[in-house]
Amino acid sequence: MTRGEKRNLGIGLAFISPWIIGFLAFTVFPVCASIFYSFCDYDVLSKPVWVGTLNYRDMVTDTVFWQSLYNTLYYAFLSLPFCLIIALLIAVMLNQEVKGRSIFRTVYFLPSLVPVVASSMVWLWILNGNFGLLNHALELIHIKGPQWLADEKWTKPSLILMAMWGCGNTMVIYLAALQDVPRSLYESAEIDGANPWVKFRHITVPMISPVIYFNLIMGIIGSLQVFAQAYIMLGGGGPNRSALFYTVYLYQNAFDYQQMGYACAMAWVLFVIILGLTWLATRTTRRHIYYEGE
Amino acid sequence: MLYLLLVLGAVTCLVPLLWMISTGLKPIEQTMSLPPTWIPYRLYVEKNGTLTEIPQADIDKYPADKIVKKFAPRWENFAGAIRAMRIFWTCLRNTLVLCVLTVIGTVASSSLAAYGFARVDWRGRDKVFMVCLATMMIPFPVVMVPVYCLFRWLGWIGTLKPLWVGSFFAGAFNVFLLRQFFLTIPKDLAEAARIDGCSEFRIFWQIILPLCRPALMVVALFQFMYTWNDFLGPLIYLTKQEDYTLALGLQFFQSEHGGTEWHYLMAASTLVALPIIILFFFTQKTFIEGISMTGIKG
Repeated sequence: MTRGEKRNLGIGLAFISPWIIGFLAFTVFPVCASIFYSFCDYDVLSKPVWVGTLNYRDMVTDTVFWQSLYNTLYYAFLSLPFCLIIALLIAVMLNQEVKGRSIFRTVYFLPSLVPVVASSMVWLWILNGNFGLLNHALELIHIKGPQWLADEKWTKPSLILMAMWGCGNTMVIYLAALQDVPRSLYESAEIDGANPWVKFRHITVPMISPVIYFNLIMGIIGSLQVFAQAYIMLGGGGPNRSALFYTVYLYQNAFDYQQMGYACAMAWVLFVIILGLTWLATRTTRRHIYYEGE
Repeated sequence: MLYLLLVLGAVTCLVPLLWMISTGLKPIEQTMSLPPTWIPYRLYVEKNGTLTEIPQADIDKYPADKIVKKFAPRWENFAGAIRAMRIFWTCLRNTLVLCVLTVIGTVASSSLAAYGFARVDWRGRDKVFMVCLATMMIPFPVVMVPVYCLFRWLGWIGTLKPLWVGSFFAGAFNVFLLRQFFLTIPKDLAEAARIDGCSEFRIFWQIILPLCRPALMVVALFQFMYTWNDFLGPLIYLTKQEDYTLALGLQFFQSEHGGTEWHYLMAASTLVALPIIILFFFTQKTFIEGISMTGIKG
């Protein structure tokens, strides 16, 4: 290394030193410790005791674990596609020359701004079985609404409904991508007599496919870790644990039952599930993603 | 047709928020009235041309045509909710302290690190940057327990420290965002300064940072929002009520008073949500740009 190179290395490392410290303290150390704890019986108060793969084996027979995994996948597989599709439809509509576009954009975005604790309170109230707004609305069309949050059949759909209300974030990302699609593509397609569906299917979707992929991956990661609204609205998991989500159960193990080792093992299983689904999503969509400049 | 769909969607988005505000301005009897009322009102009875207010319960004692409904929001519900919550002002102060500290920490540390990754040529830089990006893949639950143990070992559980100290150590996402922005600034400017013998830190401080104000604003804004809204962090680390943030305080209030005093709960929720919404209206452009930036560069 020349003197200049050494100097640059020193300067570069000096600049990134905050990140290096953070990386060591909040990533390297915790990741290693977490792997270690996942093979231990650990309650924070006393020293961790090595138990081998016991935590992982316990998981296999822990019915609550399986239920929380089922609940989470149920939630993710329903809320995510709905959210991705609805957000895309709204974004496409807003990308037309409509009057008051920026007002619409703001209004659609507003729900995702509301702090999750506040929106949980609002939905607790709206979904209230006796005095809730939703059941009043259903009554107007002569449907008897269920006890949304007190009926085990309806707790997950309730949370999915709430998730769809808050997908304005995704919509704004789509909209930004749509605005970058060159108009000339649509114009030449129109000359060839393409109808709106053909234009959507063969111009819009391919052109914004990297952003669809981005939203899909972010959605997978986010929806599998859903925590706050479920924890706030349904406490320990709702009636018959019907809305006990994975991270809620993980949190309970760590901080309510003091089973830190088991919680770490659960976290690693979650990580593997997220990696697996991300990999699957990447594999199945890769062929369809169009990157400019390739 | 298209327009109708858009309007319908927009109404769906707004109704829960309007319902929150409306409920927050009602007296308790009106929160549970059937059918629901949107406009908070007071009842008056007309006698010889003058109006006298009557309680809701007495509505049947007077002839229907003598009763007058008047729009009357109960602004005092806000004061009532704050009083019922008891720790509201403490929570607000804690939240603001955390917001200020985390914004300073994030902007300072991420911009430094991003500069090191974008504008200084050093061997192995791109490999280290890949490692930095890879850390974004790790879900929070994986590190949750050891980080908790670390803070416990430091004796910081039950203080605000775990919630802001970390922000001074450059999170990967913000580093990434700023790096992308730094890369767009032409090299010649810094080169000229370097030839004049300007130190690297001065180039960063006096040339690059002023040019990157929009990106720094985005990072600051997102961090502010994140800290204001964060629920899991405070839930894990805070043990004493006097340390609670607004998010945790509101949840605590709900668990104590929930299920009956909906008017106070909605008023308190409005108080928690409103500052963020107001902030959004003032910074809308930065905001939308920032969100688009995250998506497109990803």
